[in-house]
Amino acid sequence: MFLFFIYSLYLTIHNYFMTVMGMLEKKLSELGGVPTVDKVGVEERVARFKSRSIKKESKMQGLKMALNMIDLTTLEGKDSPGKVRQMCYKAAHVHDQFPGLPTVAAVCVYPSMVHVAKKALKNTNVGIASVSTAFPSGQAPQDVKIRDTKFAVDEGATEIDMVISRGKFLQGEHNFVYDEIASIKEACGKARLKVILETGELSTLDNVRLASDIAILAGADFIKTSTGKIQPAATMQVTYTMLMAIKDYYDKTGIMIGMKPAGGISNSKLALHYLIMVKEVLGEEWLTNQWFRFGASSLANDLLMQILKTETGIYQSPDYFTID
Amino acid sequence: MKRVEVQKTYKLYIGGKFPRTESGRYYKLIDNNGEMVANMCLGSRKDVRNAVVASRKAFGSWSGKTAFNRAQILYRIAEMMEGRSEQFIEELVLQGFQKSRAREEVRESIERVVYYAGWCDKYIQVLGSVNPVSSSHFNFSVHEPMGVVGIVSSENSPLLGLVSLIMPAIAGGNTCVVLTSEKLPLSSITLAEVINSSDVPGGVVNIITGKKTETLPALSSHMDVNAISSSQLSTDQKTELEKNAVSNLKRTFFYADDWHASAAQGIYYIADLQEVKTTWHPIENIGGASSSY
Repeated sequence: MFLFFIYSLYLTIHNYFMTVMGMLEKKLSELGGVPTVDKVGVEERVARFKSRSIKKESKMQGLKMALNMIDLTTLEGKDSPGKVRQMCYKAAHVHDQFPGLPTVAAVCVYPSMVHVAKKALKNTNVGIASVSTAFPSGQAPQDVKIRDTKFAVDEGATEIDMVISRGKFLQGEHNFVYDEIASIKEACGKARLKVILETGELSTLDNVRLASDIAILAGADFIKTSTGKIQPAATMQVTYTMLMAIKDYYDKTGIMIGMKPAGGISNSKLALHYLIMVKEVLGEEWLTNQWFRFGASSLANDLLMQILKTETGIYQSPDYFTID
Repeated sequence: MKRVEVQKTYKLYIGGKFPRTESGRYYKLIDNNGEMVANMCLGSRKDVRNAVVASRKAFGSWSGKTAFNRAQILYRIAEMMEGRSEQFIEELVLQGFQKSRAREEVRESIERVVYYAGWCDKYIQVLGSVNPVSSSHFNFSVHEPMGVVGIVSSENSPLLGLVSLIMPAIAGGNTCVVLTSEKLPLSSITLAEVINSSDVPGGVVNIITGKKTETLPALSSHMDVNAISSSQLSTDQKTELEKNAVSNLKRTFFYADDWHASAAQGIYYIADLQEVKTTWHPIENIGGASSSY
């Protein structure tokens, strides 16, 4: 009788702690906890990626690869079906005057524009990504966020870019963030989920690392730096920190997670530096648009200008490329 | 104790800054007595590219300034040159000019700047027109700057030749990338310092020293350069320049190299670097009259 009492007391206490601890802590501790980030170390490593020189054939290959990894994006209040159709045409026909170029990976639009993009991209292999969960702030009730996501998927989005609740994260409510991502992942169905951390609002690299781990554990297929609405957007330091989270997770579990830096990557040289970083941190398996994307709009034209420059030896002018 | 003189480092002028060439190369400048004067930057293709980018970036705000404001800024250049005239003269002498000729070159250069400063808010009235047309339209033509202008300056007239090509370009609202004299480059960099302290926004004038054989093809083939004005190019150089200019239909101008002549300044140096925009504005046909205002 006494033993039974002790045992049931133990169970009660155990269950109590398990509840308080929650799924997230359990999973994090299974991974061996969240390591702290050495900011100075990150700066130095990143500086080295920038010192690599890529020329001739490898440069051409890198430029084309970067072009093929772009999520061509328009996320503005003034977006109209016409603007989205125009962008979709560009996504599939990047620069027809120069044959042999790849298409971009996907277009990225608001949920209300997904049906337009779907129609415009019929018979192409360009994916359709849609932002959801009350992008860019994420300040909406959970049921609205889930409906937002389901709507985008039903309309034909093949990828969902969600934002995390940065306010809750900074308040320390990590379980809330974890549960929210998990519930959106469920709402996505077959669509791949990219989780936007909005690193510009997370202030430290340690926070970026923790948020990355939370997103990965909650079921993210991709982790993404920024909405593009907040400065600073993607930086190499932040991206490196996130790549390390992906690498550590892969080393422990063998599961690959994708990476998408977004915002602020507008020239080819920088894009090549990112590719070098991905190759050296994660390896060649990640060098496809299945696992790495650039969220950008003006990068495409700069890559085109560089490709034509490399091909013809003549410096190019934006006057001869489409405005998107 | 004898004072060790502080030698001046002559660098490029790109986007309102004085960088060294990205290539890290230099050439030795020797004076008439065979003594070394300075290490000059040996500009490269990439310097030209950077200068064009800076120039394009500056074009919007420079062409958008009021004509009157541009005039004030050009006049300010003349004021600054006046203050630095001794330095200009000294440098010309260092590069082999007779003192009296050097003094003349500087004086004329300053006057030329003032001349074009005066034109800034006048050439549009003089060149523009209201055109008679046989329909109910108010039809008028105005001059607008071309954009980024490449300038290949004279080898022998290192200050006057330079000023005579730069001033009409920027007076008309263009921005420019200048390939300066290879043998006599000192004045161009001192002019850059003058321009830099005369309220001229960075990027409006960019100056590259070095070998024209290296830099001119990059400039003349560049798709983002709208026109090239030059003087004292060889026949071969002209042919190559014209060939390269075809890619984006650059306007090309080859001027005579006598910058002391009375024909060496004039409103048509401004007009050459302008595009004409004609507007057809529908109007009511009043009282049976035609549209000839």
